[in-house]
Amino acid sequence: MGILDSKVPSGPLADKWTKHKNDINLVNPANKRNIDVIVVGTGLAGGAAAATLAELGYNVKTFCYQDSPRRAHSIAAQGGINAAKNYQGDGDSNYRLFYDTIKGGDYRSREANVYRLAEVSGNIIDQCVAQGVPFAREYGGLLDNRSFGGVLVSRTFYAKGQTGQQLLLGAYSAMNRQINRGKIKSYTRHEMMDLVLVDGKARGIIARDLVSGKIERHSAHAVVLATGGYGNVFFLSTNAMGSNVMAAWRAHRKGAFFANPCYTQIHPTCIPVSGEHQSKLTLMSESLRNDGRIWVPKKMEDAVAIREGKLKPTQIAEEDRDYYLERRYPAFGNLVPRDVASRAAKERCDAGFGVNKTGEAVFLDFASAIKRYGKEKALTSGIKDADEATIIKLGEEVVEAKYGNLFQMYEKIVDEDPYKTPMKIYPAVHYTMGGLWVDYNLQTTIPGCYAAGEANFSDHGANRLGASALMQGLADGYFVLPYTIGDYLSKDIRTGKIPTDSKEFEEAEKQVRDRMAKLMGGTGIHSVDYYHKKLGKIMWNKCGMARNAKGLEEAIKEIAELRKDFWENVKVTGTIESKNQELEKAGRVADFLELGELFAKDALHRKESCGGHFREEYQTEEGEALRDDENFKYVAAWEYKGEPKDAELHKEDLVYENIELKTRSYK
Amino acid sequence: MKLHLKIWRQKDASSAGKIVDYTLDGVEGDMSFLEMLDILNEELVSKGEEPVEFDHDCREGICGTCSLQINGEPHGPDRLVTTCQLHMRKFNDGDTIVIEPFRAKAFPVIKDLIVDRSAFDRIQQAGGYISVNTSGNTVDANAIPINKHAADEAMDAATCIGCGACVAACKNASAMLFTSAKVSQFALLPQGQVEAVERVQNMVRQMDLEGFGNCTNTGACEVECPKGISLTNIARMNREYLSASLKG
Repeated sequence: MGILDSKVPSGPLADKWTKHKNDINLVNPANKRNIDVIVVGTGLAGGAAAATLAELGYNVKTFCYQDSPRRAHSIAAQGGINAAKNYQGDGDSNYRLFYDTIKGGDYRSREANVYRLAEVSGNIIDQCVAQGVPFAREYGGLLDNRSFGGVLVSRTFYAKGQTGQQLLLGAYSAMNRQINRGKIKSYTRHEMMDLVLVDGKARGIIARDLVSGKIERHSAHAVVLATGGYGNVFFLSTNAMGSNVMAAWRAHRKGAFFANPCYTQIHPTCIPVSGEHQSKLTLMSESLRNDGRIWVPKKMEDAVAIREGKLKPTQIAEEDRDYYLERRYPAFGNLVPRDVASRAAKERCDAGFGVNKTGEAVFLDFASAIKRYGKEKALTSGIKDADEATIIKLGEEVVEAKYGNLFQMYEKIVDEDPYKTPMKIYPAVHYTMGGLWVDYNLQTTIPGCYAAGEANFSDHGANRLGASALMQGLADGYFVLPYTIGDYLSKDIRTGKIPTDSKEFEEAEKQVRDRMAKLMGGTGIHSVDYYHKKLGKIMWNKCGMARNAKGLEEAIKEIAELRKDFWENVKVTGTIESKNQELEKAGRVADFLELGELFAKDALHRKESCGGHFREEYQTEEGEALRDDENFKYVAAWEYKGEPKDAELHKEDLVYENIELKTRSYK
Repeated sequence: MKLHLKIWRQKDASSAGKIVDYTLDGVEGDMSFLEMLDILNEELVSKGEEPVEFDHDCREGICGTCSLQINGEPHGPDRLVTTCQLHMRKFNDGDTIVIEPFRAKAFPVIKDLIVDRSAFDRIQQAGGYISVNTSGNTVDANAIPINKHAADEAMDAATCIGCGACVAACKNASAMLFTSAKVSQFALLPQGQVEAVERVQNMVRQMDLEGFGNCTNTGACEVECPKGISLTNIARMNREYLSASLKG
């Protein structure tokens, strides 16, 4: 076991980033023209990094499996982006955003990285407005804010329920400007199949053109992985169907340590599973918890009657409803962090109070918000003594203006009108805080291989707060990585172009070809999806919202067996040298089958509960997570050693110089 | 329910395609249209046949990847949804459903139901941006107040997901709704004014180069647009274009 060096600069917390920027080496503009950088993934982190690197003068190649960079899954983020602008004058500051993020992450993230994130958060908003991102505004023309879980201020900027889309289109437009200038070459419908190391440094990738099936070699002086999270290891998640861990996992196999794989965020407000055919889960933005109240019936007989369709939720009297978040957490109420809200929903459903036919759903109710807004609107519209129907009509208009697209989406999927009857929601896998281990410069343990956005582990600890993923993606991409990478590239100004005919590229390409041939050569008993769904069930049942040693040990064994079965018996139709979606899926599932096992191993080794990682053996009498700072106040970074079970643990001790470690309380 | 599917199969861009008939049983109303196709594909794979390839990704109506011409309509019979959010409850037992790729000269077929929409990217690359460096050293975000109505209207235009339904719906395969949505977003914001002349000219030029047809104001694009992008945007782009021609 080794000790990892996070390369955090010395000095006071608030000065670290400025000092670091002054200390690191720069590359002269003329030399930047001779340096190539590959960016894999074109979401917020990748798109932003590519645009800025190109703008600085580097030659950038971007890769995405989608048919356009604009379709990366950042686009699906709904609710908003945090920034410590303090436009509301409610006492917000860089420190407070930093503090909330560390606390929200249950004291398992790196102080210096999180402070830097808070420090550059305000710049993100300035930058995006300058790019023409149409954020929501107040009537006075200034930017509007709302609140998200786990905080007591309003610091979330938003563009209806499509904030991720607008920010991504902003980054995409910045990329387009550089593509037009010839500084970015964009490879779409391309998948990174492996990382190529030359003399221990990341010097390129092997990619597959997903249309022709052709294998290509691409070289560069550095490789940036901004390929998102691995939530699809659960099969059912809010991730896009194509979201995968391949790029990160290939890098892991080549020497990049994988940190905290067991830290997974299960988002509390998703549309419940409707049947076996389900292919993915749909999120209902956390912003709904600003106005929606979460409840289940107080009486068991009411819950049973609702499940059987004999009773409607609107027929349950106010006093017979259990607003369990408001009951358990009076200070934060419905706006507790995601991990807390998810576990509380599971607790109620496990106790038998679930409200749909599967028993795995709770209500998210807007009736009181509609009335509250309706009354206010009636007053401001000069309607005196408005009747109930008018109030509800006006209130529905206000709610529609705020959440219209989310309500419409819910109605299309569930076929129920959420203005008239409460939504049914249940937690679902959403985000992965774990990822490739990176130092303060966002460099992995492979020199020249960087990881940004959800693909790295650094900022969210064991639980991410709402509206912070967009912030981190853009902070890494626009403001952090393009500068820190210069320090590394400054040593490459005399290197010249990296040739792709070296033995290292040849060997990497051969491995990729062999692996695909092996995937095609299975006995052909079961489809790729069959294995993916089986893996997902193991993960959800044994590595999901609550974990225990017995279940995790079983999971490790079962995943290893499933992986063996997969390699022997998977059926992949079509050919390698053509468009082949089955082959694409097979390669991704093969890596999930390795990551899943490491995930369970990590969860088993972490004998404490923290954030999204809840071990049933370690909880307080009230059922809250019980952290063990004495033994587990570290980042677990795993080194690949062949099979996932042989992975070697390296620790990065987490040092808190500016924050006192406390038991997280939202009561 | 049991469905009769007539699906366009085409090996690759250079091969000829044809409609192939399939019958699928056990379809439920709660399934999305794409989940119905997943089941068909699972059956095909189990028989050792090549599954039907179609574009899809987020499956929540925002990435714009999914397409499909369903019974002659882009994204099928429901309104304001993409194919991934179209649910089978909109169909009846025994229905015949014709599934084709989006048809347009500028969207060549890649395989089966997948088409190449990179022409849209090239239109955006021609001018769909504001030339501001991403250094963050700009003015404070609240330095320029923007009228709420203008900001909301810009947002409405900006919600375009670039799926191409407008092109597929149009008898001329025109990309005016798509292009005008981006032109409008920037035309409505103060930040977009500086490059307004070049932007509209460059984007329209690229749109024409890609082989999209002209707009004849039939309005099919607006009806079929899953995001409800308004025809007003086309009018605005025409105004911007005319004004640019006079200035330029």
